[in-house]
Amino acid sequence: MCALKEALSPVNIKTIKDICQSYNNNAGNLINILHRVQEEFGYLPIEVQEAVARELSISVAKIYGVVSFYTFFTMKPKGKYPISVCLGTACYVRGSEPILEELKKTLAINVGETTPDGFFSLDSLRCVGACGLAPVVIVGEKVYGRVEVHDIGKILSEYK
Amino acid sequence: MAQYKMHLLVCGGTGCRASESTKLVENLQTVLRTNGLDNEVQVVTTGCFGFCEKGPIVKVMPDNTFYVEVKPKDAEEIINEHAIKGRKVSRLLYVDPKKEEAVSDSKHMGFYQKQIRIALRNCGFINPENIDEYIARDGYAALGKALTEYSPEQTIDVIKKSGLRGRGGAGFPTGLKWEFASKYKDNEKYVVCNADEGDPGAFMDRSILEGDPHSILEAMIICGYCIGARNGLIYIRAEYPLAIQRLKIAINQAREYGLLGENILGSSLSFDIEIRYGAGAFVCGEETALIHSMEGERGEPTVKPPFPAEAGYLGKPTNVNNVETYASVPVIILKGADWFSSIGTEKSKGTKVFALAGKINNVGLIEVPMGTTLREVIFEIGGGIKNGKAFKAVQTGGPSGGCLTEKHLDIPIDFENLVASGSMMGSGGMIVMDEDDCMVSVAKFYLEFTVEESCGKCAPCRVGNKRMQEILDQLTKGNGTSEMIDQLYNLGSVIKDTALCGLGQTSPNPVLSTLQNFHNEYVAHVEGRCPAGQCRAFIQFLIIAKKCTGCTACTRVCPTGAITGERKQPHTIDQLACIKCGVCQRKCKFNAIEVM
Repeated sequence: MCALKEALSPVNIKTIKDICQSYNNNAGNLINILHRVQEEFGYLPIEVQEAVARELSISVAKIYGVVSFYTFFTMKPKGKYPISVCLGTACYVRGSEPILEELKKTLAINVGETTPDGFFSLDSLRCVGACGLAPVVIVGEKVYGRVEVHDIGKILSEYK
Repeated sequence: MAQYKMHLLVCGGTGCRASESTKLVENLQTVLRTNGLDNEVQVVTTGCFGFCEKGPIVKVMPDNTFYVEVKPKDAEEIINEHAIKGRKVSRLLYVDPKKEEAVSDSKHMGFYQKQIRIALRNCGFINPENIDEYIARDGYAALGKALTEYSPEQTIDVIKKSGLRGRGGAGFPTGLKWEFASKYKDNEKYVVCNADEGDPGAFMDRSILEGDPHSILEAMIICGYCIGARNGLIYIRAEYPLAIQRLKIAINQAREYGLLGENILGSSLSFDIEIRYGAGAFVCGEETALIHSMEGERGEPTVKPPFPAEAGYLGKPTNVNNVETYASVPVIILKGADWFSSIGTEKSKGTKVFALAGKINNVGLIEVPMGTTLREVIFEIGGGIKNGKAFKAVQTGGPSGGCLTEKHLDIPIDFENLVASGSMMGSGGMIVMDEDDCMVSVAKFYLEFTVEESCGKCAPCRVGNKRMQEILDQLTKGNGTSEMIDQLYNLGSVIKDTALCGLGQTSPNPVLSTLQNFHNEYVAHVEGRCPAGQCRAFIQFLIIAKKCTGCTACTRVCPTGAITGERKQPHTIDQLACIKCGVCQRKCKFNAIEVM
């Protein structure tokens, strides 16, 4: 992952070119391509979308349409440790809503935002399928099960 | 192949891996190596056993010992006691909650006794990353049988006669779908597997892909043979990294064995499979939306006809089935249509996988014959309601389904009965709710989901659901009026009749079914009460001074520091600081905190 500021560097453009080429510059593979590009850059800012559009010979509007349609794609950089709270039904009935509220309060950010220090970003998601452990919070790749509101401080302190 | 005298099957599904089952496997292998037993005892990482509540699970074969909630540090004891000395580790055995005794053989567990596992036949038995284990359990034999004994038409006939219906939602007969796709002539056709399992609380497709990926590949190849397609596509959620990884391994192994590629098993059939990723859009479970998404477009549905069988992916004839449907196909070919249709009810044949979740004791994945009652599923297999609370409702069919109540507990579950009761089968999620769940909030929860996931193409779904959500929000905040209830009825029925696709047409179901079954609860919210005591606008947490022992347990868990008091003296809650999260009530051992 590398952080992007304004114009893309030649290296970044080459990375995007290579990814598009590995899919034969076929616009039908746009979603798989965007997945790979997001993996590389961490997010899909407009500069990156423009570069992909040039490679695939399609309009930026079309790419923006796809990026904004799917929740998996993001145009804002995520935190170093992205936090996701499962709001699937199983987690909801076992109390995931108060957990999300507590995280919002502790981190002082809303869902979809990143803390000013770039450490944590907060998202909600719908079901990771670990319903036996409900309610579930995911930090990075680590899954925390049967989380209670008062566990939040302890979980966050593991990353500070 | 080495001959092992004992196998330790360890669940490597997403749920158990979240509870460190990978570390457990490593530890078991290390202890075996130090004892020089690594040629005697084999550790196998399998797919999901279904009993997710008590994971991680270790099953010892051949004696069927079923260890639950096993921690990585238990590895040494299992090897020393069980593998070396032949004594079961009794503290890790599953304890039957009713009889309060340890069950040493998984065959005697209530959870498994009523189940018939067809789609889940290999989950928890084989290593999903090893094609030989799948083949050892008759894997790819159905493909061989179809290619050598049946014509494509005869194979379709077997599926038609079996009565298999789509397990993804609507329950369309699978054989008929294949027949349609086979009738359209084109030299380019597609077989698509819908693995975009979007229902919150349903995880059967993920478990099948993680536990038995080859069964899906085999069924897709058979489908390709039947409809005359050379290309298969699996559309899978990007949120399922483990399933994607195992599918990739399975596809590579199948290619190595000549089961994918040119001239499969020496026949004239050529077929290969590609993976396409979803990107988090619930509507992509709808087949036309899914196809657009695979084409690199926004996943918006289009009006049918034309059906995908005529003009699907890239405008070519396409057959779309979901994971669980495909998983049943190879067994049907091997055991015959009559065998499959002997299970189930008159119009719904075979078995169905359900994901039990919510306020139930045995959260997990189960597979039962169609026609099993909700009571059997919830109270016998599911072990009843958590913490001895009263059953209130079970939500089936995800955001498209409805809430069923006490009076529906004895109806046999099948496609028709669930629809007649105001819900639907959907993909098989079952969320159990108890007396503490507010049904207006539950309806609001589902509506929030639909509003977020609506693709925005048609007005009834885009605007109508938003208005319904706003009304429900007002109701739960104590600003409700009795006209609002009528408005919900009206909006609900209009959206149902006029929305473009399956998502929109079924989106008012959670509201309409709760309106019908829990009308009183809606009225109560208008009158300023929440009978379940869940809606924060209507409640206050109070400490009963007589019962409070001043143990300070509540002050330690209160996230806002709203509770104060001297040790061994009754405490009080500052109502202004209280966020009504209810943690203190759950923590109090003396029932001293009540909701008013």
